[in-house]
Amino acid sequence: MTDLTTLSLLEASRGLRSGAFSSVELTRASLDRIQRLDAALFAFVFVSPEGALQQARLADQVLARWRKQPASPLSPLSGIPVAVKDVLCVQGMPAAAGSRILEGFFPPYTATSVQRLIDAGTVILGKTNTDEFAMGSSTENSSYGVTHNPWDLSRVPGGSSGGSAAAVASGLCFAALGSDTGGSIRQPAAFCGVTGLKTSYGRVSRYGLIAYGSSLDTVGGFARSAADLLPIYQTIAGHDPLDSTTLTAPAAEVDLQRGDLRGLRIGVPREYFIDGMQASVERGVRQAVEVFHSLGASIHDLHLPHTDLALPVYYLIAPAEASANLARYDGVRVGPRRGKGDLLDQYLETRGALFGPEVKRRIMLGTYALSAGYYDAYYGQAQKVRTLIKQDFDDAFRQVDLIACPVTPTTAFGIGQHGDDPLSMYLEDVFTLPANLAGVPGIAFPVGYDDAGLPIGVQLMAPSLGEAALIHAAHAYQSVTAWHKERPTL
Amino acid sequence: MALTIEEVRHIARLARLSLTADEEARYQVQLSAILDYAARLRAVDTSAIPPTASVLPLDAPLRPDEARPSAAGAQILAQAPEVTDGMFRIPPVFP
Repeated sequence: MTDLTTLSLLEASRGLRSGAFSSVELTRASLDRIQRLDAALFAFVFVSPEGALQQARLADQVLARWRKQPASPLSPLSGIPVAVKDVLCVQGMPAAAGSRILEGFFPPYTATSVQRLIDAGTVILGKTNTDEFAMGSSTENSSYGVTHNPWDLSRVPGGSSGGSAAAVASGLCFAALGSDTGGSIRQPAAFCGVTGLKTSYGRVSRYGLIAYGSSLDTVGGFARSAADLLPIYQTIAGHDPLDSTTLTAPAAEVDLQRGDLRGLRIGVPREYFIDGMQASVERGVRQAVEVFHSLGASIHDLHLPHTDLALPVYYLIAPAEASANLARYDGVRVGPRRGKGDLLDQYLETRGALFGPEVKRRIMLGTYALSAGYYDAYYGQAQKVRTLIKQDFDDAFRQVDLIACPVTPTTAFGIGQHGDDPLSMYLEDVFTLPANLAGVPGIAFPVGYDDAGLPIGVQLMAPSLGEAALIHAAHAYQSVTAWHKERPTL
Repeated sequence: MALTIEEVRHIARLARLSLTADEEARYQVQLSAILDYAARLRAVDTSAIPPTASVLPLDAPLRPDEARPSAAGAQILAQAPEVTDGMFRIPPVFP
């Protein structure tokens, strides 16, 4: 029998429907592969073999019933093993968000996005590694260890959803959920050579997502192709009464049969090709734009004048929101506790000892930006410049339907390469932050490999609620290219 | 703009973070560098620009205010480091 873990999600789905193999067999194949490979990768922080096999047995019953009544509705995700980034709560599994301050926390409820996957019949294999509270671009900020890039174990997988990206790239699961506050899905997707979708702000419920920057946080997913990602997106998108910031519009249908991009206007913003970026990344992105053109899209030069301000705006707004969101971790209700004196001593010692260096840095930065005397100059000014960045996108999307640009200035960097220089690490996010500030969706997928054999990604962005157009364009590209089918040797 | 070590200590106190002397020195350098970088925002004329707090339209839908099941109290208390008589236990506010 072929190695089931090499199948695409949709191939696995067809195999389950036909009865060629069972969800229990598929799940065992994933669990075996995790067992065999994850000691070297550390994509997972928690694996749930018994729970996964229990869900797989249930899915097999549903599939058996469906085979007797093939006209009845059945999700393409029924029986498919997936993974969940450890910033999303799943009842019965720990949720640590890469932090010691949440060590041993078992949330008593399940995030809406995960619940929708469970309701569709997926098998939840476990939780994937993340930078602490999703703050980082490499998973090096996880308190539980660094995830390794499956294409080169000496390099980072990107972050903060690096565990999910590495797990999908190395065939440990068929799809995975992640979160994206400043690029945390798109950047690891690019570094690991998988397809990653950051949804529009408000498109997917944040109920059960451990909060980082609440005006920027989005939930999305990873798969090995746009076609595989589509059912994940369609399942998790939509209004949730438990998150009043979710949008009510239904998820648009995507016609994957239509292979061309005729009539589509794609803009290429000149501000996204900067001095110092890796030549092979620029070449890969420009070649991908040629492919879009050959599929019938018209290509337009585009101007997003405030792009270079996105980084300072983000690194004031996100830390400010984080400093408020993370005030709740005080050693009273969850996690371990430090300190021997009064209540204030407990707060200071618990937070000082159990938050990692990057989280403390951002809490400090945010606290400063919000503090009396500095609010207007920092946080207030950042919110106003955010308006200008959003207007750039509003103007751009009056001229074009999609924006095509790089995801990152370079391919995956080495573990430890950015050392103790936070600003140089922040610069990794320069092309992904604007979408979060504007609230628009973005998709990243592989368009080639550099001389070291590392994946190069392209990013497409659309107006808010434009996920269908992103998935369609990525699928059209993947229908005439094979980059997304390359697999790391493990 | 360079932060003083006193400012670093003040921010840490506001943020309820105890820092070692080494951390204070490191954050003084790093936060100063990040704030220097952020200072470029001041050159932007925003006198006529409204702030963006959220990208969403201001019509967040409401749901009926109905009781629904939630986690049992015992389940929530079981996560806490210290519990007494069905309540979170904390050290004294005033020693």
